[in-house]
Amino acid sequence: MIDKVVASVDEAVAGVRDGDVVLVGGFGNVGVPLHLIEALVRLGRRDLTIVSNNCGTGETGLALLFKHHLVSKACASFPAQAGNHHFVAAYESGECALELVPQGTLAERLRAAAAGLGGFYTPTGAGTDLMAGKETREIDGRLHVLERPLRGDVALVAAHSGDRFGNLRHRRSARNFNPVMAMAARLTIAEVREVVPPGSIDPDDVHTPGIFVDRVVQTGGAA
Amino acid sequence: MTAQGWTTDQMAARLARDIPDGAYVNLGIGMPTMVTAHIPPDREVMHHSENGIVGMGPPPPAGREDPDLIDAGKNPCTLAPGASICDHTVSFTIIRGGRLDVAVLGGMQVSARGDLANWRVAGQPLGSVGGAMDLAAGARRVWVLMTHTDRAGRPKVVVECTYPLTAARCVHRVYTNLAVLEVREDGLVAIDLAPGVDLETLRGSTGAPVRSD
Repeated sequence: MIDKVVASVDEAVAGVRDGDVVLVGGFGNVGVPLHLIEALVRLGRRDLTIVSNNCGTGETGLALLFKHHLVSKACASFPAQAGNHHFVAAYESGECALELVPQGTLAERLRAAAAGLGGFYTPTGAGTDLMAGKETREIDGRLHVLERPLRGDVALVAAHSGDRFGNLRHRRSARNFNPVMAMAARLTIAEVREVVPPGSIDPDDVHTPGIFVDRVVQTGGAA
Repeated sequence: MTAQGWTTDQMAARLARDIPDGAYVNLGIGMPTMVTAHIPPDREVMHHSENGIVGMGPPPPAGREDPDLIDAGKNPCTLAPGASICDHTVSFTIIRGGRLDVAVLGGMQVSARGDLANWRVAGQPLGSVGGAMDLAAGARRVWVLMTHTDRAGRPKVVVECTYPLTAARCVHRVYTNLAVLEVREDGLVAIDLAPGVDLETLRGSTGAPVRSD
């Protein structure tokens, strides 16, 4: 029998190691697996590489990982925003390095890893500072940059509902990076507001197929 | 003497007038979001938001915010009739794949050949690029909405950008408080001037050659 549901968020994050590359879903504070992040802080693994669109604000979510000095590298498109003082402190002290990635390139690098591809050429970033050190090629008369796949050891994702097979349904703009990150890691852990009986998510409405998901934990929260 | 020209609202309205009926548009964060309120009521325009929305509606009334629904600036938004939700890979397939008719972006500098700098001030250690490079590289038309000069009064339309580029040769038009400029193969052309602004005044505030149509 397949049953990916675990009883607690602490059980869900067991097995994350020091030095892991951790993909974290969400955009701003929407679709962020807040409870899994808190469990990761309690687990106390260090030297993590965090891949996420932003770097957290205030005293919740991703900000906690920087506050507790668990991150040695952040890979993000939009780290500089109001209320990100914990990330800024970690960055300015030299404790945390930053790899700035254009948002669409971030999504596609994850997708390339998920799809087993060796990378792709994109016009995004051509002729800019973010092209530095990368292979380039002119394709159909336009300069393209070679971008490499971005694979996670672990993905922490959030969804509205999930079942014991790991099928996930997201809601509104909380879908964002969650499906592609779920597909791009060796171990994918999903927090869902509600675990529902198999079949109650219509197969046509599954956004992230359960084959990509290893663990599901119910965390409640706003419907 | 410095000419003021259009107010910020008037700039947004001037740009909105040029968005065709049926267009799919992406309005960048900051000043470009002001364009929404000025789209003429007889036009159906679909707003794309990089975080996976095609058909974004206006901000909700206070107390009616949906915690799962935000725009690219992370503010609460709504869905318009005909809206759809997608994930980030599809959202940027829309952007890079050339499906957006117009992207309206803010600007720090635009060069005479259409290079755009809008994500980072030179020398600033921490920049945030977000989706700007993808939008600049991928939209069919890139229109920049910005003040004609910076806070120190220096021209933002220049021969060569000194700030780090967002994309090279991507800008088609620049809407400022003084004029609407079109970027053509042979240079900048003023296709409209704000009231009280003549070509000579415009040239005095512009760091690159401009001619009239």
